[in-house]
Amino acid sequence: MIEIEGLTKRYGEATVVDNVSLAVQPQSVTVIVGTSGSGKTTLLRMINRLVEPTSGLIRIDGRNVLDLPGFELRRSIGYAIQGHGLFPHRTVAQNIATVPELLGWDRQRVSAKVHELLTLFQLDPKLYADRFPSELSGGQQQRVGVARALAAEPNILLMDEPFGALDPIIRAKAQEDLLAIQKKLGVTIVLVTHDMDEAFFLADRIAVMDKGKVVQYGPPAELVLNPATPFVRTLIGERERPLRLLSVATVSEIVEPGEAEGEPLTGSLSQRDALSAMLWAGRDSLPVVGTDGQKIGRIRRETLLQQAAGRS
Amino acid sequence: MQSESAILKPQNVTRHVDKVGVLICGLLLYAALVPPFVSFRANRIVQGEGRFLLDSMPPPVGYGLIGIIILAAAVALFVANTKVRLATAFAALVALAVAVGLSASSLIPPENTYARVSAASGFWLLLAGLVVLATDAIARLDPKPLTRLILLAVSLLLLSAFLLSGLWKDLSIMKEYQSRSDIFWTEAQRHLQLALGSVFAAMLAGIPLGVLCFKVERIRAAMLNSLNIIQTIPSIALFGLLIAPLGWIGTHVPGASQIGIRGIGAAPAFVALFLYSLLPIVSNTVVGLAGVSPAVRDAARGIGMTGRQSLFKVEFPLALPIILTGIRIVMVQNIGLATIAALIGGGGFGVFVFQGIGQTAMDLVLLGTIPTVILGFAAAILLDALIDSKLLSRGKAR
Repeated sequence: MIEIEGLTKRYGEATVVDNVSLAVQPQSVTVIVGTSGSGKTTLLRMINRLVEPTSGLIRIDGRNVLDLPGFELRRSIGYAIQGHGLFPHRTVAQNIATVPELLGWDRQRVSAKVHELLTLFQLDPKLYADRFPSELSGGQQQRVGVARALAAEPNILLMDEPFGALDPIIRAKAQEDLLAIQKKLGVTIVLVTHDMDEAFFLADRIAVMDKGKVVQYGPPAELVLNPATPFVRTLIGERERPLRLLSVATVSEIVEPGEAEGEPLTGSLSQRDALSAMLWAGRDSLPVVGTDGQKIGRIRRETLLQQAAGRS
Repeated sequence: MQSESAILKPQNVTRHVDKVGVLICGLLLYAALVPPFVSFRANRIVQGEGRFLLDSMPPPVGYGLIGIIILAAAVALFVANTKVRLATAFAALVALAVAVGLSASSLIPPENTYARVSAASGFWLLLAGLVVLATDAIARLDPKPLTRLILLAVSLLLLSAFLLSGLWKDLSIMKEYQSRSDIFWTEAQRHLQLALGSVFAAMLAGIPLGVLCFKVERIRAAMLNSLNIIQTIPSIALFGLLIAPLGWIGTHVPGASQIGIRGIGAAPAFVALFLYSLLPIVSNTVVGLAGVSPAVRDAARGIGMTGRQSLFKVEFPLALPIILTGIRIVMVQNIGLATIAALIGGGGFGVFVFQGIGQTAMDLVLLGTIPTVILGFAAAILLDALIDSKLLSRGKAR
């Protein structure tokens, strides 16, 4: 649980973050969105005190972050940035081992952790542990960057545009992998991005920042249905509202009993993808199966269209 | 039609000819045939008279050498294989070294201890042509750092073998050495102490200063500008400027004169070389640290390194190749510059240079110059190999 109360950062006359209060639920993904210069990165960097607040309070699990020296606080919080920031003179294994070594873990525990993380991020330790960052592809570097951030088993992971440098196909895969890892490890993620598709795909809750203030903070669907300001409405994109709504809900939420013809959909698929599949197949309804392949019912195009119009 | 083919023809020929090779070939053939190979003097300081290659050594040796030179010129012109070019250059250099020794021995009449034979422009141009052929081949081979060090070691071993064999004992420069063999080695030692000691001291002071300049932006410009001004003071003027303060320290600070701090001698030379070394080391440290990517620096802090840990574990290792480049510059610079120390009684190879100038004995000047050049060359190769080796810049992002 991260509690932010009345947080403000001023540089001289300019107020970059203006009296922000929000609470981040444990084991959730919170995405901070906004245009550049909205103060989103500064807000993120105040959580691990890379930027010291001018005023206000941040508590992590009830404890004021100012109670610890900055570097000790940062060792307990994962941190991953755009362009990964890997140390070019250290191997992949050495990069991942950085924080555990700073914390004084013994050698065996460190190498076990490195092995575990490389495997988790689908990088064969035998092949990749001793490579240098320059010998990896962009997507691999990004994964190593996140693996390094998670090496000391932090409860919180802060990410600043972590997928910004990746091409679209690798980015989509990286986003899926991040969600899978977040579920597996139960880590709390606070992520900054300017990409609304990314925000809607990843977020449990989205905080929209405009000119240093959080203008709306809530689940993605709420932002679409009840935008707090015209800025939020513009940011989401008025014409994209129906598809945004469908993209944050899954097929299993609207499955109903009954039979249908055609290629079955899985319950975890987003409603947006389900509609897309349905339009392509030219059918009014499609069968739905569980993860085990067992039929659990069907969905109808009519229901999807009602969902998209925000009438559920 | 005719004029067109006349234009095309030379192009067709040059396609098979090496461009650098044309230069080397011309130089070698000119040097072998036109200027005198050695110069002969009845005694040490009279004007010498030139002897052409074929007149200066027994005919079989002379024709043999000319044959080898023509072969090397042909290889330079037509052979593209760099290993063959390198091997030819080395072989011809050995032949040249043997020939110049034999030439001296054959020109000096038996029992004559006054006559001198020294290398003349023909020899030096041949040497230059062959060295260019060799270094060009090495540059094209682009050898690994270790290979370069091995090549350096082989060259130095060959050189020592020649020196020890006595083949060159009749050359004038070796006679100069024989009459000074005892002080030669003390001056060599002094030269190294001055050149390397001042670089070492400048590293100890300059790298922390560079880190400070990088961290504290306010002092950066002031520091670099003052070091820049020092760099522009001519070395002789700097020696002069140092006489007064060092003389004062020598007489007023207890114990200072015991460790050799005086207005003249090695102390001002050392201080001057130290001051000249500071700018490249400090500025390269600043540039090296500034070159560390902001993302890397941010990540180091963001994952919980203290400022010191980030400096020593991340920033400094990444800046090291550039800092080493600065050290290489001052090392080579100081090996050359240390020659001037002899002017104020600081010793070093400069002693022979200035004595030689005073006595118009050019071979004595060479006795001071050649070891300096070889030292500088060796230091450059050694440090370049170190900079390029993966030892220090492993996985450096390109």
